[in-house]
Parts: sequence; C-alpha cells; structure tokens
Amino acid sequence: MNVRLYIWQRGTAALMAPLVLIHLAVMFYATRQGLTAHDILGRTRGSIAWAMFYGTFVVAAAIHASIGIRNILVEWLPVRDRAAAFLSSGLGILLILLGARAVFAVVFA
Amino acid sequence: MSAPPRPYRRNALWIAAMVHRVSGIGLALFLPLHFLALGLSLQGAARLDSFLRWTDIPLIKLAEGGLVFLLGVHFLGGLRVLFVENFDWRVNQFRVATAAGGAAAMLAFAFLIRVL
Amino acid sequence: MPQADNASLTVSIWRGGQDGNFETYSVPNRQNQTVLDVVTHVQRHIDPTLSYRFACRVGMCGSCGMTVNGRPRWTCRTHVSKVAKDGKLQIAPLSNLPVIKDLAADMQPFFEKWQKAGGVFEPSKSRAEPVEPIRPNEPQRIAADEGIECINCGVCYAGCDTVRWNDDYLGPAALNRAWTLMNDRRDSAQKPRLAAVAANGGCHACHTHQSCQEYCPQSLNPTGSISLLKRLATKAYLKGELKP
Repeated sequence: MNVRLYIWQRGTAALMAPLVLIHLAVMFYATRQGLTAHDILGRTRGSIAWAMFYGTFVVAAAIHASIGIRNILVEWLPVRDRAAAFLSSGLGILLILLGARAVFAVVFA
Repeated sequence: MSAPPRPYRRNALWIAAMVHRVSGIGLALFLPLHFLALGLSLQGAARLDSFLRWTDIPLIKLAEGGLVFLLGVHFLGGLRVLFVENFDWRVNQFRVATAAGGAAAMLAFAFLIRVL
Repeated sequence: MPQADNASLTVSIWRGGQDGNFETYSVPNRQNQTVLDVVTHVQRHIDPTLSYRFACRVGMCGSCGMTVNGRPRWTCRTHVSKVAKDGKLQIAPLSNLPVIKDLAADMQPFFEKWQKAGGVFEPSKSRAEPVEPIRPNEPQRIAADEGIECINCGVCYAGCDTVRWNDDYLGPAALNRAWTLMNDRRDSAQKPRLAAVAANGGCHACHTHQSCQEYCPQSLNPTGSISLLKRLATKAYLKGELKP
C-alpha cells in the first residue's frame, strides 16, 4: 500500500458511504412484498439517474475491492507485489465488466 | 521444538480490523454473483423472475441477511477507520467498533424479519 | 531485603534460538519484584548461560523488551504482581524479530527500518551558523513533542500485526520517529523522508489496530503519528509534490 493506492481506496470508500446508505434503503424498500423483476426493472428501466448511481457504485466498488484484495494477497499469501497487483487488477476489471453488464441489463435492456 | 509465542490477537481492535477484512472478502466474492444475477434480465424479465422465485426460500433469505450484515459491518467499520485516520478520533474505539458490529447485526436482523 | 512469601513463581523462559523451547524454573515470589528481576534471578542463581539484554533498569534505555505472558513489555518497569497469572510467568524474546539466543532478540531489522523511514536528523545548517531558536509553543514543536520520548524498545514493533504480515512495513516506532522529524524545521531531508514513508510498506500500510498505542510503555501514540503522516503524504501527493 502506497499513498496512491491509499487515496484511491479511501477516496472510493468515502464516495461509497452515501451510496451504501441509499442501497440499503432501496433494499429494505424493494423487499416490502418480495422481490419481483417487474418491481426492480420498473424502477430502473430507462432511468439515467439509476444508471449514474449504479454505474458510479460499480466503478467505486471495483476499485475499492481490488485494492483491498491486493493488500490481503500481499499480507496473507506468499504472493509478490507484482503478482498481487496483476491478480487484483484482474478482479477489478472483472467486477467492472460484470457490473457494467448488470447496469446495462437493468436500465437499457 | 517450536517458534516463540506471538502476542497478537489480544487487542480488541485487531478483531475489528479482522471483521472488516473478512467482511470485505465476503462482499468481493458476492459481487460477481450479484452482477450475474441482475444480468439475467438481459434474457428478459421472465428469466430474472424465475431466478428471484428460486431465491424465495428461507435458506437463501438467511444468506441474504448475512450479506446485509457484511455490508453493514463493512460500511460502519470503514466509517470508523476514516474517522480515526482523518479526524484524530482514537479514543474509545473498542466501544465504537462494538457498536458498529451491534448496529450491523440489528440491521441484518431487521432485514430478516422483513423477508422471512 | 524484599520479603519472600511462601509460594514460589513458576517461570517459563524461552531457551535457544528461533527453534528453541520453553524451560520452566522456580523462582522466589517476592512482594516487590519486576520481570527483569526474575530473569536476573534465574541467570544468577539457576542457570548462568541464560542470555538477555538490559542496561539501565529504570525505563530509559529501552533494551529490556520481552514478551511477558504473550504481551510485549519493558521488563524493568513491569511488576510481577501485575502480570503473573496464578503464580505463573511466561517470558519470551520480542516477536517479529529474529531470536539470537534465549531472551535476546535481534534488533537489526528494527533499526534498519528506522533508517529506511528517514529516522536520522539531517541538519540544514553548519556549526558555524547560529542555533535556530524553536519556541516551545510553536505548533510544529507541540506536534513533535507528542512523539519524541520514544526509547526504541521495540515493544510496538513486536506487538504490531501489520509488521508480522508485511515484511516491508516500517513499523510504528520508525514512522513515529519520521513524524517527529517532519515537524522539525531545522531538518533538511523532509522531502525524501516523506517519499520513504509514502512508499509501499510506509505509513499507508497501517491498519489502525492501535496495538502500538496500547502497548507503548512511554504512553506514546504511534497510531496517531502514522495517521498524521498519512494525511501529510496524501496532501503532498494531491499537490503533486510526491511521486510514489
């Protein structure tokens, strides 16, 4: 962990703090009568606001998680710094791709 | 023959950091599944619905309650760290960490009451 | 002479190097004795081959750090009555450091990291110039005051899990020292020092377990110093003054 990774990780954490609160609120709201696709997609389809919200969330979570996993790999596994960077970047890219696909699926599909 | 003993795991805040780390790993493992599930709606709302019906059993709901706990405890524990690092707030941290864990547990319990 | 009471202490002491083992000794249980007194008793009266390190016996030199009942402590200022459990003591060398023999840990990595963190004062003036006055009420002087009573005992280093997990981590003592020097305006090496503590293994590796703060026998707060270094480095990086 150096200053650059630190700023990205803590920065995304601070960014996600309000997003998590909204996400939790939506979670409680959405489960009032069980989850249905109609309900979920009714909220999100065609909504630029939700696309921005979830898009930001996905990118921030991907960066945050990949730096966190990188630190854990370095500290807990006999993995060199470069290998840890490679593996965690892979995780970050995977999360961004899957997340972008999910946002696209619930907003535009 | 053994190595000298190690004095760690005695500090309460070590446990808080460990909870933070383990919950983070849990969330990182869950996220791809979460995204894949939502991606099912690419094949139409009916496909997503059949998946949501499959998840409508108490066992899955329990697991969802666990995920709410992970998110809640990682969120509150992370806020705690941000405060410690940026606002010189380093007293009574064990109580703060315990309160964070308790609040996350209550949140998860409230979620379970709602969905079970 | 301190009074001896009836019971004796059962003391397990680490013997040998990294692959050693505990050996048990019976030591008189006196009303008023320190852990260092117990170790000294074993060496003087039971086994003269026991190796350990101490100098001042009054909490100034920082050389008698050991692991007592699983927790790093300065043994010369640790009373047996406060730490013995059911008349038992377990004494081992400081952890997170190589064992030389018995209770003597090798402090070399500790001091190497001290240097690596820029722990050496680099003067900005020669002896020909007048001494720079620093007032006790200057904010930087007050900030440095919080951290300058470190005696280099290694207790925080031995109690830190981040040190255990991360070979590169400079550790609480070295970073605390770096923080005090970052507040010394007579010092000329602030830029390389900040770069050193902002690199991999520097202050940002700290997880804020706050063990150092809990264990420090001088009641210093390395966690606090490290947090302030994190902020200092973050600001410098955002201003483009720091390239990791």
